[in-house]
Amino acid sequence: MKYLDEFGDPDLARALFDQIDAVSTRPWAVMEVCGGQTHSIIRNGIDQLLAGKVELIHGPGCPVCVTPLEMIDRALVIAAMPGVIFCSFGDMLRVPGSHGDLFTVRARGGDVRVVYSPLDAVAIAADHPNREVVFFAVGFETTAPANAMAVNLAHRRGLRNFSMLVSHVLVPPAIDAVMSSPNSRVQGFLAAGHVCSVMGTAQYRPLAERHHVPIVVTGFEPLDVLDGIRRCVLQLEAGTAEVENAYARAVPEVGNRPAQEMLLEVFEVCDRQWRGIGMLPASGLRLTAEFADHDAELRFDVGEVRVAEPSRCRAGEVLQGQLTPDACECFGKDCTPRTPMGAPMVSSEGACAAYFQYRRLDPSAVRS
Amino acid sequence: MCLGIPGRVKATRDEQGTRMATVDFGGVTKEICLEFTPEVTIDDYVIVHAGFAISKVDEGAALESLRLFAAMAAFAPGPVDDRDEAEG
Amino acid sequence: MTDRHAEVEVAVDGWTCPLPLRHHDRIVLGHGGGGVLSAELVEHLFLPSFGPAARTATATDAHVLDLDLATGARLAFSTDTYVVRPLFFPGGNIGELAVYGTVNDLAMRGAVPLALSTGFVLEEGLEIDVLGRVATAMGHAATRAGVQLVTGDTKVVEHGHGDGVFINTAGIGLVPDGVDIRPDRACAGDVVIVSGPIGLHGIAVMSVREGLEFGTELRSDTAPLGELVQAMLVACADVHVLRDPTRGGLAASLCEIAETAQLGIEFDEHSVPVPDAVRAACGFLGLDAIHVANEGKLVAIVPASSAEEVLAAMRQMDVASEATIIGRVTDAHPGVVVARTRLGGTRVVDRPLGEQLPRIC
Repeated sequence: MKYLDEFGDPDLARALFDQIDAVSTRPWAVMEVCGGQTHSIIRNGIDQLLAGKVELIHGPGCPVCVTPLEMIDRALVIAAMPGVIFCSFGDMLRVPGSHGDLFTVRARGGDVRVVYSPLDAVAIAADHPNREVVFFAVGFETTAPANAMAVNLAHRRGLRNFSMLVSHVLVPPAIDAVMSSPNSRVQGFLAAGHVCSVMGTAQYRPLAERHHVPIVVTGFEPLDVLDGIRRCVLQLEAGTAEVENAYARAVPEVGNRPAQEMLLEVFEVCDRQWRGIGMLPASGLRLTAEFADHDAELRFDVGEVRVAEPSRCRAGEVLQGQLTPDACECFGKDCTPRTPMGAPMVSSEGACAAYFQYRRLDPSAVRS
Repeated sequence: MCLGIPGRVKATRDEQGTRMATVDFGGVTKEICLEFTPEVTIDDYVIVHAGFAISKVDEGAALESLRLFAAMAAFAPGPVDDRDEAEG
Repeated sequence: MTDRHAEVEVAVDGWTCPLPLRHHDRIVLGHGGGGVLSAELVEHLFLPSFGPAARTATATDAHVLDLDLATGARLAFSTDTYVVRPLFFPGGNIGELAVYGTVNDLAMRGAVPLALSTGFVLEEGLEIDVLGRVATAMGHAATRAGVQLVTGDTKVVEHGHGDGVFINTAGIGLVPDGVDIRPDRACAGDVVIVSGPIGLHGIAVMSVREGLEFGTELRSDTAPLGELVQAMLVACADVHVLRDPTRGGLAASLCEIAETAQLGIEFDEHSVPVPDAVRAACGFLGLDAIHVANEGKLVAIVPASSAEEVLAAMRQMDVASEATIIGRVTDAHPGVVVARTRLGGTRVVDRPLGEQLPRIC
């Protein structure tokens, strides 16, 4: 596949590893803020190959992981309502709420459907005018424009039976929260490439300055991740704290203007709860008043849904890079991918699920 | 949040006022919305996420990156600080 | 039930209608009731559609087979239920799956498949024509696989309580003397072989599934593997393990073998054949090809000394022309499967937890 395969070339990867080696005078700790990057790192064994040189701390970049428990519970209540067709991205189906997950609701007769795109949910609404169709709009800034367009289209086409349950989150406040924490060990950031395809890179400059950390906009293929790390390390060695774009082929400095305009039209910034972290001001998106008719939270009476996370789950500390999953007392005992206590164990990009894989394997047992 | 992959635009059309495209990911095609990339035309490559093109692939930048990596591979290990020539 | 099959070419002949069923173009509850309607369904739909594959079928409560049991031969017995949706997909249909799936399960123990039973749960309202096409496909598949469809049952459930058709097939076969194929037989040092490109079936089915539709020329690899296994046994009577990587894909099969044998398995990612189009589909859906179902492939674990002969025998057959070695069994990390990535790193390979779902992350 063009513009994909070339960026996985093993020989060029080797060269990048050598470069990282050559420029480092000491170990560094770098956080990637994107579930997709976490996935790429684990899938390709990049964190292993950098062990001892660069520690890769997996950040709260997985929207599945950070969707608040009460939002999941609201979703479960709505999905269980008779006549509702509840549409969602596949990632969300296994995330545990207080009592089960969307799979459980489906098992009890709820009409829960996986879609690839929010436009599929709009099409379902058009095909079923007598049913309420609800789309679970989660994700970072990458996905927000798609969800905005979906509700915009539904509005324009008069699809009154279409609504969205919105739980969007923004990356810059997450970086701010991680760096503001007194226990943070993070020295540099890999910013989420596709988030920046939409939003551009300007938002990261104040963060780089305020916290004096290099922030490198990074892609997802092995060479992209390695180059992002390489540039981050170069800055750390030089003591600089700039925003750099290592993913120029997909990230214009100004981002995607039409997408940003659609966001402004449909969403507004609001405070948001992040599962495991707590409330971060101005860290989320909600529908504007103009689209209130399509807001599932207003349309459906979900009752008083106030929940507390199981207190033993330390996902928040893990998500902020303050605790490695294997240092958590629940890890591997009460909390496993089959019986997850928190979201980072559910999602395949979650830090806890990733560590669970590696814990089973003594590195010295694998021939190199 | 970021699962986006590149594909080539094979055909475009208008669907109820919305610009759509058939995008080829290398043997698999999918209908994708082009509303956020109005400048994109046939044979362009786009990054696709959740059924939308979110960015047109800058082929020059792609080649530039690969050229840089190849240069690193060609020379003996020694730090290459390319930040002066960085395109960012 | 939406008529999805209209878009898909079903390559079977003999759709000529058996004697018209009594004024019905759709299944009604009575067809499962055991009375005249049920008998008509068997006589005028199932038996003609199955064709020569039902030559020896009987309408008795149980079917008795006359087996000429050679000394040391053992009976293999397997069952599986098929619930695939949509019923017809590029490269196959539920009928073929129902026959080949159970035939292949028997073959994975080295058995020569002999006979299958066919149990149907039909949804009230299913078009008779659709059922006829499924049954005809089963007849053709059975003939191709060399098995007889000897007995069966049909039940009908109320509209809205089924996906049109669910099929259970149970099968018996004979395992020749001296053939002992099971996961425990794996030994450290054994070679792991996969019979061909992976991911075709799962992606082909997904491509026509509502909500995910995408365009592709990929077709399911649905195929019988009995002959392949017999050819492999001729090349090496001591094949240790065979597994067909259906649900859960290659990863699930390797994990199951590693866990049962309490040995480690290592394989090289780049040596696993993945068609470009499968790679592309997995790319935009966020799936891993090693977790995607196959219906015409097998994984074989054989002693290293026999690997070349087994490979040569496999490559003679169309269904395994791209057979290749992907890895080895090891004493290290017992019970765990490890893949070496293109970059030279390693990652632990696990089974997918449940259904394969497209990601946004």
